[in-house]
Amino acid sequence: MAKRIDVSGLSAYYGSAKAIEDISMTVEPRSVTAFIGPSGCGKSTFLRTLNRMHEVIPNAHVEGKVMLDDENLYASGVDPVAVRRTVGMVFQRPNPFPTMSIYDNVAAGLKLNGMRRKGDLDTLVEKSLKGANLWNEVKDRLNKPGAGLSGGQQQRLCIARAIAVEPQVLLMDEPCSALDPISTLAIEDLIGELKERFTIVIVTHNMQQAARVSDRTAFFNLAAVGQPGRLIEIDETERIFSNPSVQATEDYISGRFG
Amino acid sequence: MSAVTDKTPQGGIHPSAPSLKHARLPKWAPAATAVGAIAVAVGIGMGAELSSKIQWGLIAVLLFVGTLHVLSSKVEGTRQAKDRLATSLLWVCFILAVIPLFSLIEYTIAKGLKVLDAAFLSHSMNGVITTETGGGIYHSLIGTLEQVGIATAMAAPIGLLTAIYLVEYGRGKLAKTVTFFVDVMTGVPSIVAGLFILSFWIIYLDFNFSGFAGAMALAILMMPVVVRSTEEMLKLVPNELREASLALGVPKWLTILRVVLPTAIGGIVTGVMLAIARITGETAPVLLLVYGSTAINNNPFDGPQDSLPLYVFQQWKNGNEPSYDRAWAAALVLIALVMAFNLLARGIARWKAPSGGRG
Ligand SMILES: Nc1ncnc2c1ncn2[C@@H]1O[C@H](COP(=O)(O)OP(=O)(O)OP(=O)(O)O)[C@@H](O)[C@H]1O
Ligand SMILES: [Mg+2]
Repeated sequence: MAKRIDVSGLSAYYGSAKAIEDISMTVEPRSVTAFIGPSGCGKSTFLRTLNRMHEVIPNAHVEGKVMLDDENLYASGVDPVAVRRTVGMVFQRPNPFPTMSIYDNVAAGLKLNGMRRKGDLDTLVEKSLKGANLWNEVKDRLNKPGAGLSGGQQQRLCIARAIAVEPQVLLMDEPCSALDPISTLAIEDLIGELKERFTIVIVTHNMQQAARVSDRTAFFNLAAVGQPGRLIEIDETERIFSNPSVQATEDYISGRFG
Repeated sequence: MSAVTDKTPQGGIHPSAPSLKHARLPKWAPAATAVGAIAVAVGIGMGAELSSKIQWGLIAVLLFVGTLHVLSSKVEGTRQAKDRLATSLLWVCFILAVIPLFSLIEYTIAKGLKVLDAAFLSHSMNGVITTETGGGIYHSLIGTLEQVGIATAMAAPIGLLTAIYLVEYGRGKLAKTVTFFVDVMTGVPSIVAGLFILSFWIIYLDFNFSGFAGAMALAILMMPVVVRSTEEMLKLVPNELREASLALGVPKWLTILRVVLPTAIGGIVTGVMLAIARITGETAPVLLLVYGSTAINNNPFDGPQDSLPLYVFQQWKNGNEPSYDRAWAAALVLIALVMAFNLLARGIARWKAPSGGRG
């Protein structure tokens, strides 16, 4: 079910300011692709163009093409709601719905999309929570509020919520940046399991993490402050970390940046 | 790492006194000063034969603030004295603000309880001679509840939808225009709202005076309040929650309905309740449009009704003892009603507040 993403000539704007320019890359199915690069170079912006969340921001727009297998997400007539069901997203800060219980948080996407049968919901909620490595910790308090969990648990709850709707691609924007090493490890393990079923893209500032979890790594950079961010290179993670073809990548990875 | 040296800093703020302890006035000092100041003020007032109690109070306040400041700066030092000064001024302001409120409530209760009983609540003024005792507010109570109910039924949904439009969808010219008109409406005096409905509904369209006509004017007054408070509450809902829901492939309208509104519902209901409390006491539009009546009229859509503020006004105008008593009792009921709305609003806000340990 996992799908290939093919981006070509993509630029994204906030109002009239160009945040990223002319990005082209391929994201392979059933693999983990990591995005690295300095702060403000447009990793989050690019990630959000992949499920049409960019246009949620007032005055923001996108130019270029994003092919999901053989469908262009930005073709006219494409329903962004349908796109977001296919391409799920996990945010940097855990954001469970504060009015809902743990159960309802996981079931939210399903319920709001019209699934009503209690039996089906129960099965899917359990499956998703198990998939997110959270089931054992919360199975006795499914009706407690989701906001009462620890930060790491909340983030895994958000992952469970995202995978419950069975997307084909999962985008993760710095999912571990607010977490302790143990929760981080749990989520990294989880990513390893999830890539059997999903195409995964993860933004991270942690080089070791990118090296550990990803199959391919893309390095983004911007020429100067105020300039739009660009894709510098994308390659097998091993190559990027041992022998990148661009000097800037090597400088960034080895910490000799700027 | 070098060893931490155990030297006290020299020449700091307290070069000679490294101790953290300071002499403090005892806990009861402010209260004792207050009692003393009041006693002295009463003494001075009686001695100098000052007739106005306001002068007594002023003397007491000055004595209290001054004495405490001097005492404190003698015993505790200047920083503490400044703190005491600010604290005692705050207390004085607080008491000044509370005195009118308390005396108003106390006075209304004292006057109002005289004729307030079950019969007063369950009878109208129909056939009651105004110079004699008897009669009640049943017809006004019915009128007020119906008019406020209808006004809320009109203003709350429109106000809510307007606020949702402004916060969730509104961009550009239209949103700015709507915001501008809401602002203008907030400033419309209630008598003007009443006159507008009077000239449009009753004079131009030739309808009869009715509770409904009054309700329309009340709705005009209520709507901007609902829009404003709902807008503020919706803005408090973090954008991340909207994005989380949209990213799950939930359409925007469902996101608003199932994620945004439930998160803000406590505050929204509180705002509506406070708006209701506010229009419940409106007199001018009711006077113009509902017209007033002494008999029970359960139908708000046809014929004059009565309402509590109007009842108070008319009883007072009668200008005799039994009517004054009735006016006070009705005022008490009105205050109780408004207070009940406020308490209900607080209860709902607390009950509906998003639960959970964090955030
Ligand atoms: N909502 C917004 N409105 C206007 N400009 C924005 C907005 N969000 C981001 N930008 C701008 O777009 C550029 C790229 O931002 P983006 O958030 O994509 O960076 P990033 O690579 O994710 O950085 P970080 O690693 O710090 O998360 C930045 O210059 C930023 O100021
Ligand atoms: Mg980012």
